Amino acid sequence: MAADYVPAPEPVARLIEAFNRLPGIGPKTAARLTYHILRAPAEEARALTEAVLAVKERLRYCSLCQNITEHDPCRFCQDPQRDSSAICVVEEPLDVLALERTRGFKGLYHVLHGVIDPMDGIGPDELKIRELLARLRDGRVKEVVLATNPNLEGEATAMYLHKLLAPLGVKVTRLARGLPAGGDVEYADEVTLARALEGRREM
Amino acid sequence: MPAPRVYKAEGIVLKGRELGEADRIVTLLTPQYGKLRAVAKGVRKPRSRLAGNLEPLTHVAVLVAHGQSLDIISQAQTLEAFRPLREDLWRLSCGLYLAELVERFTVEGAEGHPVYQLLLETLTRLALATREELLLRSFEIELLDHLGFRPELGQCIACRRALEPVENFFSPGGGGMACPGCRYKVGLTRPVTVEALKVLRLLQRRDATTLARLRLRRALAAEVELLLREYIAYILEHDVQSTVFLDRLRREAAAPPAGGRPAAPTG
Repeated sequence: MAADYVPAPEPVARLIEAFNRLPGIGPKTAARLTYHILRAPAEEARALTEAVLAVKERLRYCSLCQNITEHDPCRFCQDPQRDSSAICVVEEPLDVLALERTRGFKGLYHVLHGVIDPMDGIGPDELKIRELLARLRDGRVKEVVLATNPNLEGEATAMYLHKLLAPLGVKVTRLARGLPAGGDVEYADEVTLARALEGRREM
Repeated sequence: MPAPRVYKAEGIVLKGRELGEADRIVTLLTPQYGKLRAVAKGVRKPRSRLAGNLEPLTHVAVLVAHGQSLDIISQAQTLEAFRPLREDLWRLSCGLYLAELVERFTVEGAEGHPVYQLLLETLTRLALATREELLLRSFEIELLDHLGFRPELGQCIACRRALEPVENFFSPGGGGMACPGCRYKVGLTRPVTVEALKVLRLLQRRDATTLARLRLRRALAAEVELLLREYIAYILEHDVQSTVFLDRLRREAAAPPAGGRPAAPTG
């Protein structure tokens, strides 16, 4: 790795190497970040250190929805205002934030932490599917909304979950697929357009 | 004359690997350039014009620009999306298995016409077909043929005598069958029933009419499948990952996980 050859004092080299491990950060950026911290006030460095540690030490997975949270159960699962008869299944914690921004869903969530990807050897056992089934066992949940990504792996995961959930008598729905807002019919691919046509609505 | 800055290609998308925030490295199998890896920029944004055209198992026409390390896909148009295949979990998983085999067996920059043709035909048939299992076996045998790993099924690889209609032995290392007398001379082997050898020979002869009439018992189908799987893993020096999911779907179809219980966690 490039960071090995940095002719810098040991602590500097060590921080450069640590930054270099982060996604999207190459050796140049790592060096720039390191020298920024070197020049910054001590409080800034301490705040950064504490923020990093807090993420690792204070966060855990919600025992119900598997989202990352500080308190277990998480604030969604604890909130009496939310509709506990509907669960929206997403791939990653960030998807929960995106759906919350719409203010359109009042139910609970379930985070799978991945998708089925047979070519990379990721199967149902690697996801939080067992935990989802456990939440459906008492029959209080009436609807499961599958909100995995509309790509091949997301669709495969949705189809697999549908197969698994259908016999339980729960209503299984899938996010609609169609044209993006601000999009252009002319440039839509064939699969998107065909599905948008199938899902057309009377105005 | 300077090399043109862009080129056109036709291909089948084998896989995608996420790159950075919104990009993806797409692996295509093309007839002209064999396996081609190129960057599709911004495909993970909802308004990308490329995204829907570059999902795995799409037959696509692309316009590619030469890049510094990897080339860059600037336009993509779907030629065939194989929708029926995409909408059925079992067939989709079969398709992904084919894509993984091709991805593992092919190299970049070598002409790939026969394998390309084979994959395109097989995906087309898979989108229509009902007999997926036999289709996968034909594909495996033909792929091995094209790549120079055609197994010897007619005579013993050690003594060169024609095989008798008895239980013979397959040697992945020797690339073919050994007779009972030679089985210990050719490394590790597995026994092959007379029936399984017949099926393998039919597949190798591409005897479409006989194959169309063929009805395989579960045990026989499994024997042929495992033999080919072992041979392929031996050549690749690697297991084909997507078989794990195929096996699981088959297992769950035979014995669906009971209501509310976790999906058969095994070993």
